[in-house]
Amino acid sequence: MQQGGNRQTEKLMLERSVPGRVGVVLPDLDVPAQPLPDNALLRDDLALPELSEPELVQYFTGLSLKNFSIDTHFYPLGSCTMKYNPKINDEVAFSPGFASIHPMQPAEHSQGALELLHKLQGFLGEITGLPAVSLATLAGAHGELGGMLMIRAHHLANGDTTRTKVAIPDSAHGTNPASAAMAGFDVVELASDEQGNVDLNALRAVSGPDLAGVMITLPSTLGLFDTHIVEVCNIVHEAGGLVYGDGANMNALLGRVKLGDLGFDVAHLNLHKTFSTPHGGGGPGAGPVCCTNQLAPYLAAPIVSQNGDSYEFSTPAKSIGKLSGFHGNFGVLVRAYTYIRTLGDAGIKSISGNAVLSANYMMNALRGVYHLPFDRTCMHEAVFSADFQKERGSSGLEIAKRLLDYGFHAPTMYFPLIVHEALMIEPTESETKETIDAFIQALIDIDQEVTDDKDLVNNAPHTTPVARLDEAKAARQPDLRWQPEAAD
Amino acid sequence: MSPDDRKYTEEHEWVMIDGSDDGTAIAGITEYAQDQLGDIVFFELPKIGDSVAHLGKMGEVESVKAVSDLFSPINGTVTEINEKLLDHPELVNEDPFGEGWIIKVAMADVTELDSLMSSQDYDTFIAGL
Repeated sequence: MQQGGNRQTEKLMLERSVPGRVGVVLPDLDVPAQPLPDNALLRDDLALPELSEPELVQYFTGLSLKNFSIDTHFYPLGSCTMKYNPKINDEVAFSPGFASIHPMQPAEHSQGALELLHKLQGFLGEITGLPAVSLATLAGAHGELGGMLMIRAHHLANGDTTRTKVAIPDSAHGTNPASAAMAGFDVVELASDEQGNVDLNALRAVSGPDLAGVMITLPSTLGLFDTHIVEVCNIVHEAGGLVYGDGANMNALLGRVKLGDLGFDVAHLNLHKTFSTPHGGGGPGAGPVCCTNQLAPYLAAPIVSQNGDSYEFSTPAKSIGKLSGFHGNFGVLVRAYTYIRTLGDAGIKSISGNAVLSANYMMNALRGVYHLPFDRTCMHEAVFSADFQKERGSSGLEIAKRLLDYGFHAPTMYFPLIVHEALMIEPTESETKETIDAFIQALIDIDQEVTDDKDLVNNAPHTTPVARLDEAKAARQPDLRWQPEAAD
Repeated sequence: MSPDDRKYTEEHEWVMIDGSDDGTAIAGITEYAQDQLGDIVFFELPKIGDSVAHLGKMGEVESVKAVSDLFSPINGTVTEINEKLLDHPELVNEDPFGEGWIIKVAMADVTELDSLMSSQDYDTFIAGL
């Protein structure tokens, strides 16, 4: 990964600036010149960097070579599904018919785009078993907020004003409690049982006339399929509550399990995880919300409906309103649509098969080397504990840092909170057996290093452009903005 | 071994009468808690005069790993907070049972301490985690 250069002397663009140096030539004016009145000038010149074109190219190319991405490396970041983003997705999204349309163009001039959105709504409804879909929400947690606002609107429309509580398992995604609180609910945490399932007795204890619903991540952040899930949904429904599904881990279920069939009422999908659209700095994301026909009137606007041979935007009857500008992140939606069409029925099903196979292969290869607090067949990811290594003096953090030296991204650490020294690893369905084997071997080697040369692990990384960062100092005394060095 | 001059909760807070004989208790988080949290970077503490309830949320602690709720070990009214923690949260990592105390509370009922865990019980409790 080391691409030359000296980390001590590498200068920022502003620090390389030389007055008068020019890197671009503006194109000729193609409209009549209009002199600006003096009072239209807001300020003096901005302190922009002045560089030549080669300097600029070298600067950004240098930065890009330091980048760590799914196009360069294996990225086993648990629950984030950092899988490969097929290039055909971009190729289709860049087609002028999709890339050059304007969101304020009349619907009759963008029928192709609307047709794509309508078909994508249909695909996602079919995949989740929740037939009504809004594509308007722009991220996973944004979808959660939308879904929880729908649950709230549903109860209030029924005159049910006492349902203030939302129960969330301790193995749910970390954003769920914040989303429920943002939607105005009080959050109650549900314990997991020894198998990693929702503790049904704990659920029964909170299922009463004040329960608005539950938020379930399936599979959970333990990488486990809750074997009581149908009963969980029944208990909540009998108490008059609704079941929200966090679909961030949907790559484990694609084509095999429909959330609607299990009893879920409303769920979001992360297109930037399950459906291979860019993720992690390369976004933006998209978190469509899928629901039952019963909840369809509350969906966020707009949705695309078909009217004879044409398509139009519409607002559901009791919509919670707009949660984003225009029609969601359209370019992302084109990519997800392309992914689904490229794979087809059989391909979609093979995604979940390979995701689950990869994770179980890895889990079995590392059993005994790393502690498995919930040792049962996992879904698309496995949660290990670095307890064995911590006893010898290296924590999960140290192991994660050392993995960088082996050329792998670190896994998700210290989450879920119910596992000590958690290392949550998702190999994803797009990596080969050879890559996963190399990763397994790296974790085995690091375990040996903890015994043989603990300092090597505890001072890692050694080969990255910057060495171990002082995370505590960065949080306690953040340096948030570049400032010119004071003139002498 | 946790100090035996104070009482403990399952949420890893400690509490002791501060010696002033007026029912004021001093409370903080345990060595085990600070070790689990890792480097602490920020505290959100209650205000003087706030009521706190036994195992009720009284603030937040943020470490490099996670943000966690702080729970009050006892019922009462906050009389003092350790303002040093606002600029030096690391005091809790360095000395959780001493300089890193978090709040002082006028207890509603000092006999409440009798229902909390002894140091021996707490050490047994954390050994089983």
